[in-house]
Amino acid sequence: MEIKKTSLNKLHQSNNAKFVEFAGYEMPIQYSKGIIEEHKFTRSNSGIFDVSHMGQLFIYGDESLTEELEKIFPLDLKNLKQNCSKYSFLMNEDAGIYDDLIITKIEEGYLIILNAACKDKDYDILSNLLGSKFKMNLDNNRSLIAIQGPKSVEILNSIINGVDQLNFMTGNWFDSDNQKLFVTRSGYTGEDGFEISISNDKAEKFVENLIEKGAQLIGLGARDTLRLEAGLCLYGHELDINKTPVEANLKWAISKSRLSNGGFIGSKKIMNQMQDGASQIRVGIKPEGRLIAREKTKIFNDTDKQIGEITSGTFGPSVNGPIAMGYVDKEFSKINTKILLEVRGKRHPANVCALPFYKKNYVKGVN
Amino acid sequence: MSEVKFSKEHEWITLEGDVATIGITKHATEMLGDIVFAELPEKGSNVEKDGTAGVVESTKAASDVYTPVSGEVVDTNQSIVDDPAKINEDPEGGAWFFKLKIKDTSELDNLMNKEEYDKFAKETSS
Repeated sequence: MEIKKTSLNKLHQSNNAKFVEFAGYEMPIQYSKGIIEEHKFTRSNSGIFDVSHMGQLFIYGDESLTEELEKIFPLDLKNLKQNCSKYSFLMNEDAGIYDDLIITKIEEGYLIILNAACKDKDYDILSNLLGSKFKMNLDNNRSLIAIQGPKSVEILNSIINGVDQLNFMTGNWFDSDNQKLFVTRSGYTGEDGFEISISNDKAEKFVENLIEKGAQLIGLGARDTLRLEAGLCLYGHELDINKTPVEANLKWAISKSRLSNGGFIGSKKIMNQMQDGASQIRVGIKPEGRLIAREKTKIFNDTDKQIGEITSGTFGPSVNGPIAMGYVDKEFSKINTKILLEVRGKRHPANVCALPFYKKNYVKGVN
Repeated sequence: MSEVKFSKEHEWITLEGDVATIGITKHATEMLGDIVFAELPEKGSNVEKDGTAGVVESTKAASDVYTPVSGEVVDTNQSIVDDPAKINEDPEGGAWFFKLKIKDTSELDNLMNKEEYDKFAKETSS
């Protein structure tokens, strides 16, 4: 199958991107400055991320759609206000996660942002569940641009006036350059920022405009170190079909009102696990010294028993040290528990620690 | 000091008497990206030609460091363990990895000179 390209591919090339294949797309892993510089620039200034490979699924419908979606997602959608977003999951009956996603209530229905590697399968699952009653559009004509970091609000507001009035996890349609953009105040770096849904033919010019105002293109490499420092899960690493939201320590994303009566796919398993606890749970892990423990590193206790596995591990540029996340048996999930990581045949000391590694700087209560 | 020689695994080596100094090439650091971890062989240990003698990790991945010649490790560069970013800054100078007391200088004979290595690096990275 031919590798897919986003509408910003040429712009990546002219900015000296190093490319990798990601979920069938040719995506920039880094530009000439490298991952650490790009990471730090995002934390101190404003980074632009091409996330156009992600799915933008529009589902059109009224209250009856809300009712149907409540049978799928563990969310109180009836009380979700228009233009407000929630983080959620598409699950199977065993509460195994098909995908994690952001769902936003819009005037016409819902907009769901899906992971690139999962979007086609998600579409099939959702269209099977919803039947033909509601029009669904996995929109390939729109690009998705994230702009993240403390200077992003000023930069974006100079192009799209009014975005500074958005609260975290809300969005709206804006008019700019004779077209409608959907902008949400959200992102996946732990910084204040926005995601902009824009038609493909306008995306390149829009990003060039952001660069002119001082933002810089950032690759997937820094996106990964940023999200890991922020303690955020990445599908295919922390999350997969064999993990539940309770095991992933994402209970906060399940609406409380839905836990008493259930009625969503996977609710039985979730309610059981909420009561009895999960046998393994996702934790933050800080190796001692400078050692980096990558994905699949085995975790042991001091009596030689394997108690878990690392799901993501790297060097955190803002933390200035190695960081990781992984799953450990429940009894080892308390903060400050000493554990051992097996790297290249040797076991190295590490500690279970609180997440995030880097304090989030989300902006709340603008209005 | 002898002419700098290069291996296909992207190490450089210089010889002074029977002591060789070994590090990784600038080209290698450019391929790796930002280096954030370095592990060196133990002083006093013996390493074998083409065997692993250390590890470097970038933000992206871990890579073995090989030794282009056999010998006894007589010195290691602790400063790159403490500050691995030095490897990106000065890979073919201050950021050497280890020094070996070597027995058989003929092991250097098959290594590449600068011109040959530059050509090799260009061909293998495109």
